[in-house]
Formats: sequence, structure tokens, C-alpha cells
Amino acid sequence: MSAVLTLLRRELKLAARAGGGGGMAVAFFLIAVSIVPLGLGPDLNLLGRIAPGFLWVALLLSALLTLDRLFQADQEDGSLDLLMLAPLSLEVTVFIKALAHWLTTGLPLILAAPFLGLMLNLPENSILPLIIAMLVGSPALSLLGAVGAALTVAIRRGGLLISLLVLPLYVPTLIFGVSAVSNVLISSPGSNGQASLLLLGAVSLVALVVGPLGGAAALRANLR
Amino acid sequence: MVRNLHALANPTRFLRLSGLLLPVIWLLALGLLGAGLYMSFFTAPPDYQQGETVRIMFIHVPAAWLSLFGYTLMAGASATALIFRHPLADVAAKSAAPVGAAFTFLALVTGALWGKPMWGTWWVWDARLTSVLILFFLYLGYMALWATIEEPVRAARAAAVLALVGFVNVPIIHYSVEWWNTLHQGASVLRLDGPAIHPSMLWPLLVMALGSTFFFLAVMLTRMQAEIYRRRVRQLQLARASAEAGAF
Repeated sequence: MSAVLTLLRRELKLAARAGGGGGMAVAFFLIAVSIVPLGLGPDLNLLGRIAPGFLWVALLLSALLTLDRLFQADQEDGSLDLLMLAPLSLEVTVFIKALAHWLTTGLPLILAAPFLGLMLNLPENSILPLIIAMLVGSPALSLLGAVGAALTVAIRRGGLLISLLVLPLYVPTLIFGVSAVSNVLISSPGSNGQASLLLLGAVSLVALVVGPLGGAAALRANLR
Repeated sequence: MVRNLHALANPTRFLRLSGLLLPVIWLLALGLLGAGLYMSFFTAPPDYQQGETVRIMFIHVPAAWLSLFGYTLMAGASATALIFRHPLADVAAKSAAPVGAAFTFLALVTGALWGKPMWGTWWVWDARLTSVLILFFLYLGYMALWATIEEPVRAARAAAVLALVGFVNVPIIHYSVEWWNTLHQGASVLRLDGPAIHPSMLWPLLVMALGSTFFFLAVMLTRMQAEIYRRRVRQLQLARASAEAGAF
């Protein structure tokens, strides 16, 4: 257990001291959101309608942008070899890395989302559903992303390839995440927010299994 | 079963066997496709609603089936490669991918050609279309991963992991997209209460499907042979390079 905590502390420290921590991701999130009204025009009704979808897309993209360094930095300075030799099973290591990624990019973005939502005229009664949906759904982004990061660990400039590998896997999270929020806005027949939220949780649970297993297998394949 | 698999693991034996089988499979593929095309263009009646455009279906539906068949085959071969370390399984998975991707692309294009006169638009963001498009992206990612990692053994392992992760996600993606939006008609051949299309259209469809499957296998086996030869050439080049380096 202490090994787990040590690794987690190391990851968080590295993120805070070397990578700018969550600040950089939040800045990206902010600027991506401010670009939208410039492109689509300042019509508040339109912005309010697309706000949940766009916030989710921005969350996806900022998670992606930070993924390529998840294992690569450790691979370059050799600490990944030590992590693989360590008594901690590789699956747990991958899980901790994904958890640290979520804590440093996912969580700050979720905390920033309500304020950015206000800028996009997101109705106030859907802010809480948005936060809940993001809390339930975003772990899947880091967990599935870890598989993509592990697959491309030995590839220079793997960033674009990661997007190609990982974005298709993000589709269910995006769909259920947006529908959990939009159903509060427009109550469309035949679907409801609560079911979307449950399915979103199911997707995250599947990712909880697939992510560490797939990530560890990919690391072993790449660094024999 | 496992022993039979390993009997085929010897590439030379595989080359001999596939050399014998390939002409037969090519003949079956071309014969069935020829007959199927003749039936779909000349003997099948035009649809009472869709008119002549219904004939696109005879290519579209087999292509859509094979797009899933190809991914399943790829995932099965990848699992065999990872679990049994079967040396030909990753060759099979690698060879199946571009063929599957081509059929997926064909399904998308024929769907667009059919959609224009029927739905009035080339593309709609409908559940089936979207999930086939995402399947196409999964194929592209798989092929891109093979292309970027240079060393074959490492590329094979990484690609196999990706194929399996993708395979777990294909049904989830499919149902999530279905939940999101659907306009496409439901399945009309594989139903519990029997096919809902008339035999005069069902027969050409089945012949085309069988012919396309044989075509898939024929191209895949040919690609597998080419891949084995490519690896042999690579090994010979490496051996010669190290021999030359040793001479100095």
C-alpha cells in the first residue's frame, strides 16, 4: 500500500513541479472555450444549446493533449524500467499513473467547467448535472488514454497517433456524458438523464478493467 | 485443436498449403461474385419503393457484414497471437486489417450513394453510419500502429493489444451510438422470425455475401504470403548486413 501511495505522490509532485500541474490544462480549456463564440457568433441561445457538448469535447481534447507524456517521460529517463522491475504489479502502476493523470487534468477541468459553462450561457439548472456527469465519466478518459499512451510509448511524436487510437474509444463517454446533461435542457422523449448517467458509469467501470490490463500488456509488448 | 493450430505454425507448411488452396478460393470468389452480380443486376426485381437503387444493397450489405467479420477475425487472430504465441496469427491479423478497412470504406461509400436518392442527402449522422465510421477509424488506428513501430515482433504485440481493446469496445460504441440517434432501417435478414425480404432479392444477396467472403479470404491469404516473404527478405538483409559488419 505504501508503494502505491509513494508512486501516486511522485506522480503528483512531478505534475506540479515540472508540468505546470493542472494549471496548463485549465488554461487550454479556457482558451478553447473562448474560441467557440468567436467562431460561431455571440448568439447566447445557440451557445447555451451547444454548451454541454462543447465542454465535453474540450475536456476530451485537453485530456488527449496531455496523454502522450504519460509514460514517455518515464521511458526517456529510464524510470519506467525501474517501475516495471518494481514489486508493484504493472497493472497497478498503470492504474496509479492514470489516476494521477485524472487528478491533474480531469479534476481541475471539472472544477473549472461550471464557470466556463456560465460564459457559454449554460442554464444554471444544468450545471450540477454537468459536474456529476463529468465526475462519473471522465475517469474513463484517463484510463482508456493510458492504453493509447502505453501503445505509443516508444514512438517519437506519438501525439497524433494517440488521438487516432484513443478518440474512437471515447465515443461512448462523449455520447452518454452529453446526453446526461442535455436531457435536463430539452426533455426529449424516449431517453432520460438518469439512464445516461448510469450508462456513463458503466462505461467508466469497463474502462477501469480494460485500461490497466490493456496498458500493462501494451507496456510489456513495447519494452521487452 | 491447439495441436492443429501449431501444425500450421510452420510458415513453409503454411505457404505450401495456402498455395494449393488459394487458386480454389480465388475461383470460388470470382465465380460467386460473377454469378451474384449477374443475379443482382438482371434477375432481381426493382423494389416497389426504392426502384433500381435497391441494387446498391447487394454490394452494400455484404460489405457491411464483412467490415465486422474482418474486425472479428483480426481480434481472434490477435488473441491467438498473444495467448499461444502463434507465429502466423499476427501475420493473419495484419493481413486482415486493410481488407476489412477496404470493405468498411466500401460500405460507407455505397451507403452514401444509396442515401442521396433515398434520404436526399449523402450523409446523415445516423447511428449505423456513425458506428461504421468509427469502426473505420479503429481500422485506421490499427494500421497506423503497425506502420509506425518498425520492429515486427514489437509491432505485432502492440497491435494485438490494440485490436483486443478495440474489440471489447466495438459493441459498447455500437449501442451508445444507437442510443444517440437512429434512422437506419433495422436488420431484415438475420431475424428470429425469418428474413423479411423476398427470396428473389434474398438469393442474390446471399450469393454476393458468400462471394465477398471468399474474396476477403483470398486477398487476405495472398497478403499473408506476401508478408511471410517480406519478413524472410528482411531477415536475409539483416543477416547479410551483420555478416558484412563482421567482415571488417
